[in-house]
Amino acid sequence: MASKPRITKAYTLGFAAAITMACSILLASAATLLKERQDQNVELDIKYNILSVLGLAENKDVDAQTIFDLYDNNVKTFVVDLEGKLVSGEIAEEIDPRSQPDLLPVYARQDGEMISAYCIPTQGKALWSTVKGYIALEQDLNTVKGITFYSHGETPGLGGEIDKSWFTDGFKGKSILNNAGETVSIHIVKGKLRGDEKGPEHLIDGISGATLTTKGLNQFIKTTLKKYEPYFKTVRGETS
Amino acid sequence: MSILSKKDMGFLKDPLMDNNPIATQVLGICSALAVTVQLQTAIVMSLAVIAVVSISNVLISLIRNKVPSNIRIIVELAIIATLVILVDQVLKAYLYDISKQLSVFVGLIITNCIVLGRAEAFALQNKPWPSFLDGVGNGLGYSMILIVVAFGRELLGSGTLFGIQVIPDAAYAAGYQNMGLMVLAPGAFILLGLIIWVQRTLTGTVAD
Repeated sequence: MASKPRITKAYTLGFAAAITMACSILLASAATLLKERQDQNVELDIKYNILSVLGLAENKDVDAQTIFDLYDNNVKTFVVDLEGKLVSGEIAEEIDPRSQPDLLPVYARQDGEMISAYCIPTQGKALWSTVKGYIALEQDLNTVKGITFYSHGETPGLGGEIDKSWFTDGFKGKSILNNAGETVSIHIVKGKLRGDEKGPEHLIDGISGATLTTKGLNQFIKTTLKKYEPYFKTVRGETS
Repeated sequence: MSILSKKDMGFLKDPLMDNNPIATQVLGICSALAVTVQLQTAIVMSLAVIAVVSISNVLISLIRNKVPSNIRIIVELAIIATLVILVDQVLKAYLYDISKQLSVFVGLIITNCIVLGRAEAFALQNKPWPSFLDGVGNGLGYSMILIVVAFGRELLGSGTLFGIQVIPDAAYAAGYQNMGLMVLAPGAFILLGLIIWVQRTLTGTVAD
């Protein structure tokens, strides 16, 4: 401890500034260097999520190229507007829901010439964070094929459980339309279903300790489905 | 023969058993509960903690004679936080799925008392090399408990190890069931309690 410097205010300030500079330079360069790889991971994750809700991929234990190939070969993407009309010249993957709320991307599963399922992005506020996910509907545009939440900042173990399969599996086979053909969306209940509720085909078991998270989910899923309703109506009209 | 002197070995070995940061000092159990559902996440978390605590110990030891003592805690935290963010960025780039599972817990290494505790209690008074060993030792001590807990939880809770099924199907057919409690946080509390009990019996530690 012989070389202990004399501590003046200027020294303390200078020391703090030096440490701060060193830390920021280190972090900024690391973030820049790793950005490309991270972006690729995010893209892969998003494509995998779309494939999985569309029932095209079961697990992620395959290399990145397989996922990208599956996606390119089986998923047809297009963009529709709020009236349900196709918008040409837009790329579904590049739509930013914040700055382009009127453009709605659709990821459709193609089996040969036929479209057998539709996947749409959904996102909104839950308790702490913006939750992002995809919801897939069967060909009838009524039955839920699958749902996935790939990005959120909810409490791990409580609201964070929304990305677990035990929860998302509960959405499968539920209907978004009532008997009159109106979009009523699906509803996550508080706690488990008792079994005597009205319209159980729209209801999903909740997560205890995550009521506020699921409340957010209920709201934004409904908003998303309402936005796509005009488009869904035209598709349903064509097929029936 | 050994590059480590007896004293050096002490820095490394002491936190493994006699002075284990989790079992004896009961530090850092928040993350120990959260990431031990599977072995894989526990091991990645362990490596992250070893890296952070050893490097932060070295860096803090290097500046120990320069740092003004009135701002030392904030300087330590700045260094630790930088390292943790670095680790998080690297995980996001190279182990994306695991980093998603670890979610906030990598970030929470910043508040892991073991890291700041070692910086304050050891690195500020010692040279870089012993500080490095102390960091690795404490990281390993933490890892050991984490991995034992994760081993128990994954085996009993999911019947798998590293995601590979080890309980034969025949056992399930004969009526064996996975213990759901082990997947949840209370399962970790119970296992951790048992480990601390065994560890204290072996070392003869008595809490005041």
